[in-house]
Amino acid sequence: MAVKTFSFGGIHPAENKLSAEKPIETAPVPQMVSVPLGQHLGALSEPVVQKGDGVMAGQLIAKTSGFVSANTHSPVSGKVEKIDDVLDASGYRRKAIVIKTEGDEWMPAIDRSLNLVKEITLQPDEIIKRISEAGIVGLGGATFPTHVKLSPPPGKKCEILIINGVECEPYLTADHRLMLEKSDEILVGVTILMKALNVGKAIIGIENNKKDAIHKMESLIAAYKGIAVQPLKVQYPQGGEKQLIDACIGRQVPSGKLPIEVGAVVHNVGTAFAVYEAVQKNKPLFERVVTVTGVSVKNPLNLLTRIGTPISTLIEAAGGAPSDTVKIVGGGPMMGKALTSTEIPVTKGSSGILLLPARLTERREMQNCIRCAKCVAVCPMGLSPYLLMSGVQREMWERTEQERIMDCMECGSCSYTCPSSRPLLDYIRLGKSKVGFLMRSRTK
Amino acid sequence: MDKLTISPSPHVHSGDSVKRNMYGVIIALLPALAASLSYFGLGALIVTVIAIASCLLFEYLIQRFLLKTKTTLTDGSAAITGLLLAFNLPSNLPVWIVIIGAAVAIGIGKMTFGGLGNNPFNPALVGRVFLLISFPVQMTTWPMPVVSRLSYIDAATGATPLSVMKNGLAAGKPVSEIMAELPTYVDLFFGYTGGSAGEIAGIALVLGFLYMLFRKIITWHIPVVVVATIAAFTGILNMVNPDQYATPLFHILTGGVLLGAIFMATDYVTSPMSKTGMIIYAIGIGVITVLIRVFGSYPEGISFAILIMNAFTPLINRYVKPMKFG
Repeated sequence: MAVKTFSFGGIHPAENKLSAEKPIETAPVPQMVSVPLGQHLGALSEPVVQKGDGVMAGQLIAKTSGFVSANTHSPVSGKVEKIDDVLDASGYRRKAIVIKTEGDEWMPAIDRSLNLVKEITLQPDEIIKRISEAGIVGLGGATFPTHVKLSPPPGKKCEILIINGVECEPYLTADHRLMLEKSDEILVGVTILMKALNVGKAIIGIENNKKDAIHKMESLIAAYKGIAVQPLKVQYPQGGEKQLIDACIGRQVPSGKLPIEVGAVVHNVGTAFAVYEAVQKNKPLFERVVTVTGVSVKNPLNLLTRIGTPISTLIEAAGGAPSDTVKIVGGGPMMGKALTSTEIPVTKGSSGILLLPARLTERREMQNCIRCAKCVAVCPMGLSPYLLMSGVQREMWERTEQERIMDCMECGSCSYTCPSSRPLLDYIRLGKSKVGFLMRSRTK
Repeated sequence: MDKLTISPSPHVHSGDSVKRNMYGVIIALLPALAASLSYFGLGALIVTVIAIASCLLFEYLIQRFLLKTKTTLTDGSAAITGLLLAFNLPSNLPVWIVIIGAAVAIGIGKMTFGGLGNNPFNPALVGRVFLLISFPVQMTTWPMPVVSRLSYIDAATGATPLSVMKNGLAAGKPVSEIMAELPTYVDLFFGYTGGSAGEIAGIALVLGFLYMLFRKIITWHIPVVVVATIAAFTGILNMVNPDQYATPLFHILTGGVLLGAIFMATDYVTSPMSKTGMIIYAIGIGVITVLIRVFGSYPEGISFAILIMNAFTPLINRYVKPMKFG
């Protein structure tokens, strides 16, 4: 199939997919896990266990506390040590359940065999219920509860399901490996999602630097109804939700609206795999694949990791932190978060751990804007980052709102590109929080 | 790894810099420099060296002693201003006039507004137009190419094709008769003609354009649209009355159109930010250039056209925004 891409801007940073050839390995189960209650977008889940309780892997330990919220399950078997504030990827201390590992006992209902279960016996509403119970959230990084996305608002009809296998962030290879090693499981997962959404069509978008995954998927889709594979140009941020929809079906989601507005729902390949495991194997989401990587990392790899594992365990498995490391990023280099400690636990949204040396990540001194318009040219939302930055500096909130500052998805293409090393995105973030606050106070 | 750096994303940078872009432009100007040196020899060398050196010197002095800020000599922008200024001057211009031009370009054109990034007008053109108005005689006596290679002030001079055309038309001669007195199009393209030091050799300028496109320093929009507009406008005039109006090719190959369209109109700071804005700006430059040439009193007009459109750039940026997603 012809290679497609999105309509506006985009950049091509060095891909550095160092661990693309490394099969997924299983990370060691740590002595102690810290399972944050806020691993998803929305309200924190509420603990249903107490200090001293014995738990099994896959057991519900905190339940959803609203429509936009998610269940949380124990990733290990052992004893609840405490429910306390723990430093997480946000840099803040937030509520988490700390469990001391004893053995590795799983809930008996979980089917731990590796055989593929293709037949889907559940009805759409049962599927959504099962997904919600399993605590599945978007594993691409946004961690939006999956069951919410499967329940379109009244009056809106999903016409097509788009599966995000783009993995456009440099370095990350977790989704790539999953597509190679769990291809059939993903396709069954996609079929389940199609059934839940009551759609007949799905497109799996995969960036063209993963030709092996494209071929693998293409060779298997004949056995599944309504699924197509769409190769996409290697261009960041191809995996942005709006960009992916634009690239795959040529529809642009209007400003401030959700994909359902153009009849699309997007899920990540990792999510499709988690859906397969939840629906066909009765396994809640308590582990995920995490890429541990960096140019000076001894052994970059992909690890199937229990949620709550401190990242130090993963870094150890990759051969330890190289001495030139100055920054540890949770996620990819473009949108990931700089982590404040090596004891931060892996959460449902952790796609990678990236160790960066100073020469790659040091910020240079900011210079005058030379109005080269490169930030305008690369913005995938068609915004004018230079204008937004100066608007924020001058506190012209209405102007920046009119310039659609809230459309910014924080992909970082502008800051990445700026020859004057201006921190465009830093200012835009500041403006977004201010303008967002003003907009909310207006509707009240 | 005792301390971890914490900063917001993105955590990597393209490595692009002001310097890279500026030095890229300088490299793109080298073919034109070679052409100017080979046609005008000694004179071109003196004018170019003096222009660059005095631009750098004025920038340094102003930043060091007047503004008391960090000096930015190494970013390459002052050198480009010097080089472009030299390219826009006759190669027999006395040193002191060149120095005045550099002082105006850097002092008034650039530093008055706060240095690189803040100047509304192209500094080299500010310098050039100042000289053109202040020293009309020296600024319009053009050395002949090749024959004056080894001379400077005493170079043999002649008229530029555009002024021959203008004077010829004023004398009532038809275009075809005037064209017979002028170099062929091929000669014009390779620079065998009188004119400013850097504007004459079309081929050298086009090479520079291709290099800048390849390095992604500029986009094609402004140069292509300026040239296309001039071609379309003069083409229509030429069709209406071929005796009264010269051909599009003549207009494109003379009077610094290529130098202006490729290197002056594309100046980052003074051109619009959006693609549509760039196209409007470029059409404006093309139209004004032809109006000045055909109906105005100056034989060439692109310098004025660019400066006039520079003035419109903020307005264009205000009202012509890039298309947004969704």
